[in-house]
Amino acid sequence: MFIRVFAVALLALVPVVSGPAAAQVFNPTTHTLGNGLQVVVVENHRAPIVSHMVWYRVGAADEPPGKSGIAHLLEHLMFKGTPEVPPGAFSKIVARNGGRDNAFTSSDYTAYFQNIAADRLELVMKMEADRMRNLTLDEANVVTERDVVLEERRSRTDNSPSALLSERVEAALYLNHPYRRPVIGWASEVAALNREDALDYYRRWYAPNNAILVVAGDVRPEEVKALAEKYYGPLKPETVPPRLRAAEPPQVAARRVVLEDARVQQPSWNRTYIAPSYTSPDKAQAYALQVLAEIMGGGATSRLYKALVVEQGIAAGASAWYDPSALDMASFGIGATPRPGVPMDRLEAAVLKELARATGAGISAAEVERAKTRLKANVVYARDSLHTAARVLGEALTTGQSVADVEAWPQRIAQVTPEAVNAAARAVLDERASVTGVLLPKPIATAAAPVEN
Amino acid sequence: MRRILVLLALLAAWPLSAGAVTVERVVSPKGIEAWLVQDHANPIVALSVAFRGGAAVEARPGLANMVSGLLDEGAGPYDSQAFQGRLEDLAIDLGFEAGRDEFRGRLKTLSENRDAAFELFRLALTQARFDKEPVERIRSQILAGLARELQSPEAVAARAWFRQAFAGHPYASAVRGEPETVKAVTTAELKAYARTWLARDGMVIGVVGDITPEQLKPLLDSTFAALPARHPGITVPETAPKAPGATMVVTKDNPQSVAMFGEAGPKRDDPDWYAAYVMNYILGGGGFSSRLTEQVREKRGLAYSVYSYLSPYDRAGLIVGGVATQNARIAESLDLIRAEWRRMGEEGPSETELADAKTYLTGSFPLQLDSTAAIAGLLVAMQLDDLGIDYLDKRNGYIEAVTLADVRRVAKRLLDPARLSVVVVGKPEGLAATR
Repeated sequence: MFIRVFAVALLALVPVVSGPAAAQVFNPTTHTLGNGLQVVVVENHRAPIVSHMVWYRVGAADEPPGKSGIAHLLEHLMFKGTPEVPPGAFSKIVARNGGRDNAFTSSDYTAYFQNIAADRLELVMKMEADRMRNLTLDEANVVTERDVVLEERRSRTDNSPSALLSERVEAALYLNHPYRRPVIGWASEVAALNREDALDYYRRWYAPNNAILVVAGDVRPEEVKALAEKYYGPLKPETVPPRLRAAEPPQVAARRVVLEDARVQQPSWNRTYIAPSYTSPDKAQAYALQVLAEIMGGGATSRLYKALVVEQGIAAGASAWYDPSALDMASFGIGATPRPGVPMDRLEAAVLKELARATGAGISAAEVERAKTRLKANVVYARDSLHTAARVLGEALTTGQSVADVEAWPQRIAQVTPEAVNAAARAVLDERASVTGVLLPKPIATAAAPVEN
Repeated sequence: MRRILVLLALLAAWPLSAGAVTVERVVSPKGIEAWLVQDHANPIVALSVAFRGGAAVEARPGLANMVSGLLDEGAGPYDSQAFQGRLEDLAIDLGFEAGRDEFRGRLKTLSENRDAAFELFRLALTQARFDKEPVERIRSQILAGLARELQSPEAVAARAWFRQAFAGHPYASAVRGEPETVKAVTTAELKAYARTWLARDGMVIGVVGDITPEQLKPLLDSTFAALPARHPGITVPETAPKAPGATMVVTKDNPQSVAMFGEAGPKRDDPDWYAAYVMNYILGGGGFSSRLTEQVREKRGLAYSVYSYLSPYDRAGLIVGGVATQNARIAESLDLIRAEWRRMGEEGPSETELADAKTYLTGSFPLQLDSTAAIAGLLVAMQLDDLGIDYLDKRNGYIEAVTLADVRRVAKRLLDPARLSVVVVGKPEGLAATR
């Protein structure tokens, strides 16, 4: 769920381009240190600031069985100290120097970043390199931070019926693949995690040869290279295990997940299909599916919005989403929210009718051209923010793509044909490989309305 | 993601700060003024505009918000689908948003579509159609959004807090209104709001990107000159939060209680604004460096997010904050927050805390200059708050000038845990509701 929300946001910013003028997207400079650390630099000189990020090729889908949430807990614990930087000091030092720092975890990657004045790059690089190899954890700090994560889970998931439904839909969508586990972890397993679990995970995965350094902003590649050699260069590489993820069997049975919850005030409906990603054997479909998502749910003139929200007036909202950045398979989703008084089965029937129209009569050449043109402009907008460049490149490199793939995005979208979009729609929109999620209020007899005292 | 909530709180608290950019005042032949930052590195132009008034002057709660959802749903010769289709085909980002004191518009376009983008913006501002289909559609979307808000304990807490603190004043109403008020909004009211409050005398404009003053001037005239010269005047009275010290519980069957707390704070034109701003950073604005985070999260693991921020409105100032803790221990979190509130009020910060706050607040200043749209928003805020066109150059000096005595004085004046009014949403244990 984190990953998907996050990735869809990126997609909205980046939907990369076509067109002869946009031969490149971010024009990064890359090189690799002797210890295997890959370094990517994107120049942007508008303001004297820099975004410094380290991405690790490890995420929640690499966790051992029974240890869900350890990737994310370790991310929190990375702020809990080394012999050089005491527990809790990392963020304070960054702040004292006028910077902001944060970190995030997905199924496929874990990343740490600082946004700071360009002349403080050396400082944050020194501290980030230090905690790549020298983390020391104190049992008491681990226990306290585990409580923080359990509160985070309550805030994000347990307090929110729609987030709970998303979590259970994911768990049903992947029959065997670890994407079925929530990134934040199941509460009972998180509560049992300990210091040794975190250190085991850290020692196994956190090494320069399993990381990517991305620096974007008011810097020169030579200067970043020299600093990276100085601080990351001396770090010893490790033998990092292969990322073994359980394979997903062929999906032959449609599933339905219904959450009835007394807290629900606004019902909703969605369906998620297993889909190819950039790393799938049929990865050409990944580009066609981005065009398809734009046509089905990309805005106020998209097929689903126009039919359900504008013309039939039975939905308050309708959308489609697809994020192809995944180390293994991806998913394609559609969703709708009924207007007051519209029964869920009527809404569902109308959505399914639109899906049947897409896979039956198909998508027209004109629709494909329009969608490609719309996607095109967004590359220019993506270049506007240095944080966007750093995030897109880091995500790509931790999910099996190359810098060249990112830079070729405009051309590959431009090459998508109407035939390819129709073939992808027919291949992916197969109910047997899907989960339908429905959020409903609990029947009135047991529902408790909020009471003000 | 780790600290998104904290970061958002931080952003909300930030006054505008500066950077290495030059702000120019541009005045069109017909007298329309805009503040401009030229940046020709990327072929993008961003415009931000605000009209004073906002939800505080609306005839019915939720009206201004509904107008904001409808200006781009059909205007001039274009019906809703045609207007949205133009925006999508030209990759123009155009939208509106109602706040308590302002009604805001934004426009972002590629340079090659600049003229068409400004033309669509003009149509939205001056010739919105309010056709029946989009009016009912947007109404249904707002109602769905209000229903979703009732599922969010943070939104429920904020609504209850404002309802209690500002009873009888326009600030008591949520900007998005209530289901019954949204259902009652008429097309005549929508048209009247747009015609009355989108007026030139309450308007400020910021423009950033690939455009020169000479290119901008005729676009200012063609886009804004047809708006009425004057609005009727804003008569919203000054106010201050009521029910100090009250604790209200809104029962919700959640595993975690979400609390909002706050009391009167400085308005933006308060002579002690910068001292208060530095003080809040140390108390609860500074993410991982704040006292609240140290006590509640770092030492005890009681919350993922705990924060405070200054929230200055035109007619009232607030210092407010939030925390979320499992039901069994929310009372402990609130006790810790009250203790920190008291300690800061009585003792103020240390020299080290003050120095660290200053280096953060001044050093992080340019981080806000990340995108053209962000800078355009800054230019508008500078004008709304009357900060001066040289504010970006002067702002860090204001922070540097704050002394320990200033912060102690303002902390003593502002912070009193006995005045904190608290709303808790959840099933809190060990907490006595006073209302």
